[in-house]
Amino acid sequence: MSRHTMLMGAVATFALCAAAPGFADTSGKRIALSNNYAGNSWRQAMLESWDKVAGAAVSDGVVAAADAFTTSENQATEQAAQIQNMILQGYDAIVINAASPTAVNGAVKEACDAGITVVSFDGIVTEPCAWRIAVDFKLMGREQVKFLAAKYPEGGNLLEIRGLAGVFVDDEISAGIHDEVSRSNFKIVGSVHGDWAQDVAQKAVAGILPSLPEITGVVTQGGDGYGTAQAIAATDRPMPTIVMGNRQDELAWWAEQKAANGYETTSLSIAPGVSTLAFWVAQQILDGKEVPHDLTVPFLTIEQDGLEAALETTPMGSVSNVEYNLDDALAVIDPAG
Amino acid sequence: MTREHLRFMLPILSLSILLVGVFYLQPRAMSYFGLNLLFNLAIPVALATIAQMMIIMVNDIDLSIGTFVSFCACVTATLVQDTPLLGYTVLALAIVGYAAIGAVIHIRGLPAIVVTLGMSFVWAGLAVLLLPSPGGSPPPWLRTLMTMKPPLVPFAIIAACVIAAVTHLFIKRSSFGVLLRGVGGNERALERSGWSIVWLKAAAYGLAGLFGVLAGMALVGLTTSADANIALRYTLLSIAGVILGGGEFTGGRVSPIGAVIGALTLTLAASFLSFLRLSSDWQIGAQGAILILVLAVRLLVSRREGAA
Repeated sequence: MSRHTMLMGAVATFALCAAAPGFADTSGKRIALSNNYAGNSWRQAMLESWDKVAGAAVSDGVVAAADAFTTSENQATEQAAQIQNMILQGYDAIVINAASPTAVNGAVKEACDAGITVVSFDGIVTEPCAWRIAVDFKLMGREQVKFLAAKYPEGGNLLEIRGLAGVFVDDEISAGIHDEVSRSNFKIVGSVHGDWAQDVAQKAVAGILPSLPEITGVVTQGGDGYGTAQAIAATDRPMPTIVMGNRQDELAWWAEQKAANGYETTSLSIAPGVSTLAFWVAQQILDGKEVPHDLTVPFLTIEQDGLEAALETTPMGSVSNVEYNLDDALAVIDPAG
Repeated sequence: MTREHLRFMLPILSLSILLVGVFYLQPRAMSYFGLNLLFNLAIPVALATIAQMMIIMVNDIDLSIGTFVSFCACVTATLVQDTPLLGYTVLALAIVGYAAIGAVIHIRGLPAIVVTLGMSFVWAGLAVLLLPSPGGSPPPWLRTLMTMKPPLVPFAIIAACVIAAVTHLFIKRSSFGVLLRGVGGNERALERSGWSIVWLKAAAYGLAGLFGVLAGMALVGLTTSADANIALRYTLLSIAGVILGGGEFTGGRVSPIGAVIGALTLTLAASFLSFLRLSSDWQIGAQGAILILVLAVRLLVSRREGAA
C-alpha cells in the first residue's frame, strides 16, 4: 500500500514539475554515493568525476548535497553498514557501486522501505527495488568482432586475450566474442589470459605466438592491448589489428603507429564517468521521472579520427573518461524506456 | 570498586561514550528505527565474537572464524533453503568438524593459530565450491526473525541482550562453564582431578562452531543472500571484540557480556567515524586508534588497582 501511495506521489510530483521548468523540486534533495573500493586508477577517476559533476550540480542548486563515501575495506558487510548509516543520515537517494551483487541487498531493501531511491551502477545489486545501470559486457565482445568483420570482410585468424580467470566479466566478454565469431568468417586460433594487465598480457602473448599461424586481428578486454603489441613487435610478424581498451598507454602506442604507418584500429571501454550518469539518473528519479529499473551503460568508443583528441585529455597512466550531463543521461534513459 | 567491577564497567563506558557521540552527530539515530539500523549488523558480529571467545577461553586463537561464518552463510543461503534436511545436516557436521579440530589440536599439541589459519583456506574453498557466484536466499523463517519489529525495543537490542545473558549464564554460572574456563586457567590441575582435557577442548571448539553457525545464519537473514567472502572481516573483529570486552588472551579470563558489548562498540565505532565524515583513508587507522585508546585506559586502571 505504501508503495502505491509513493507511486501516486511520484506521479503527482511529475505532473507538477512537467509544468514548471528547471529542477525546482530536487533542490532540497540529498544524494549519497556509496563506493566499496578506491584502489585503482579507474575508481579514482570515477570518484573525481563524481566530485566534479555532482559538486557543480550542488553549487548550481540542482540538489542540496552529493556526498561520496568509500568504505575503508572492500567488504560487503562494511558497505551494508555504510548504506544503513546513509539511511540514518536522511539522504533522499543513494547511488551504489556495490562490493557484491547480492550481499548488500538487505541494506538496500531497508533503504527502499525508508522511501529512499537506490541506483546501482558498475557493481550492481540484484534487489528488485533498486535501479541498475549495468554494463553489457557481452556486447563489448561483440562490438570488437563486428569492427574487425567490417574491416576484414573475408575473415582471418584471431588471437583472443582474456581477463582474469574465474571473474564473471571475463566470461561475459569472451562469450560475446565467441558468439559473434561463430557468425563471421573469423576463426579464433589462440586464447591466453592477460589478467587485464599489460605485463601479464605481454608474457602470455610472447609465449603463444610461435605456435600460431598468421594473425589478422587481436580481440582484447582492456588493459592488455599495449602488452600484446609489444610482444608482437618483438617478432618479425606483421602487426595485426589490435582492439584497444582506452588506457593511456594503449592510445599513445596507437597514435605513434598511426603517425608512422597509418595503423587503424578501434578502442572501447566503460568510462569511469559512469558515476555521473548514475548521479543524473538518481536526480531524475527524485524529480519524478519514470525511469526503467534496468539501464545499460553506453561504451566509450574511440575511433581513428578522435584518437588525438582522446589521447590529449587522458592523463598518463589513466583511462579515457567522459562525464555525463543531464542531457546525456536523458538520452540513456529514454531509448531504454 | 574491585578490579573485576572496573574491568566490567570499562566496555560499558566506552560503548556509552560512543553512543552519545553518535546521537550528538546524528540525532535521527535516537529512535527505534535508528537503533535497529545502527545495531542490526552487530548481531552476527556479536555471535562471531562469542565463538572467538570460546576459543580464547581455552588459551587458543581462531583465525578461521571469518571464513567459517562465510561458509555457514553460504550453506544457509543455498542448501538450507533448497534441501533443509541436507542443509541442517551440513551445519551440524560443521560443528562436529570444529570440535574435532579442537581435539586434534590438543592431542597432537599443535599450535591452534597455524591449524585454524590452514582451516580458514578449507572453509573459504568449501564456500566458493558451494556458491561460486554471490546469490542464494535465506529460509523465510530466518528473514522473518531477523526483520522482526517487536514493540518498544528494537530487535537488534533484544537479540544482543539475549545472546549476552544466555552465554553469561552458561560460561559464568554453570559448572560446565567453570570447567571450560579451567582449561584456560589451569589445565594441569583439571587433568589431575580426573577431567578429560581433550573432551573439554573439543567442547569449547564445538561451541565456537555452534556460534559460528548462528552468526552465519543471522548474517544471511540480514543481507538476504550470501557471498563466499561475506564475513572475512569477522576474524579480526571478533578477536578485537573479545579483548575490548575485557577478555584476556590467556588464563581463561573472558566475559561474555563484555564480548557482546565489545562487538557492539566496534560496529558503532565504524558508524561514528562515518558520521564524522572522516575520509575512508583514515577510517581504519581511526578505528584502530579507538581500540588502542580503550585498551590503554584499561591498562591504566588495572595498574592503579594493582598498586593500591
